[in-house]
Amino acid sequence: MRRRQAIVLLALVGLLVSLYLWLYKIGVIGTLQCGTGGCEYVQASRYAELLGIPVAFFGVAGYGVLFVAGLVGLQPAFAGDRRVGVALAGLASAGFAFTLYLTSIELFVLHAICRWCVASAVIITAIWGLAVTGLARRR
Amino acid sequence: MKGFYALLAAVAVVGGGLFWYGSRAKPAPAPRPPAAAPPLAAGDAFHGFTLGPDTAPLEVTEYSDFECPFCASFATVQMPVIREQLIAPGKVRWRYRDFPLPSHRWSRLASQAAQCAGEQRKFWEFHDQLFSRHQWAQADRNPRSEFRDFGKAVGLDLEKYDACVDGQRYTPRILASLQEGEALGVGGTPTFFVNGKRFEGRPTSDAFKALADSLTKAVKTRK
Repeated sequence: MRRRQAIVLLALVGLLVSLYLWLYKIGVIGTLQCGTGGCEYVQASRYAELLGIPVAFFGVAGYGVLFVAGLVGLQPAFAGDRRVGVALAGLASAGFAFTLYLTSIELFVLHAICRWCVASAVIITAIWGLAVTGLARRR
Repeated sequence: MKGFYALLAAVAVVGGGLFWYGSRAKPAPAPRPPAAAPPLAAGDAFHGFTLGPDTAPLEVTEYSDFECPFCASFATVQMPVIREQLIAPGKVRWRYRDFPLPSHRWSRLASQAAQCAGEQRKFWEFHDQLFSRHQWAQADRNPRSEFRDFGKAVGLDLEKYDACVDGQRYTPRILASLQEGEALGVGGTPTFFVNGKRFEGRPTSDAFKALADSLTKAVKTRK
């Protein structure tokens, strides 16, 4: 249960981080608090969009789904339900793979690091670790 | 469990509050004199400063970064020969595109300054100053005053130059150039394209001369 609580909390923080980047991308927030200048560069690059949709929006959607799935998993009726664990591990794995792709673009193509993207990468990695180990423990 | 939901609510409220504050807070005001012209749009159809006639059979587009040591070396060693032997006789047209690398702290400021010099038709003179007096790139301090000295050396109207740099008028143009380079697969600087095709060889004046000569021969043969 503690593991799912941690996933829900991390997903909420991840949701806020990606929401921040998305709001910047669509012009609601004027400047990114970044410090290195890399955030603006990364966000202005062509890799900040996928299929015409801002990458940050995928983060909002992904973390949103993880958050809801985690909350469902916390309800007494689903506490022991393995399907919730599988769904969380599957979603977290997809998010983790997507983050690996985005981080490699930052490191090897753009040669720039966006601190908010790093924060999101750390969060999804932690969620992935919790979800996968949680699934393994329930076997 | 109630404590956990309270924690979630607190995180959501704090996050929401920060967004609300962020969306209302205005960005730090850039010093912009009232007479400054409005910022240019990203798509102002500007495709770089050029040297040489537009009838030249060969057009070389250079994606460069003013802080990059390789770019400085190219500009000071190869470029004078290219200008004399290829651009002046009309064999080559040269196009400069900004590609300020994010790892370079002052590149964007240098690009901005050069664009502002270009506004006064002194881009290439300023370009030469930036590359030939490259000590600013090695010093760990804001090179703004050095850039101003370069502007003075090439005869810029410094009042207009200051207003232009402070207003960051050309940021959208520089970003557009950067994105154009990325779209073409530029990963480092300097990167060259010859008649739109990426140049993969060693960028020397001899290599560009050989290209220009072979193209001129091919055109003559066709005639």
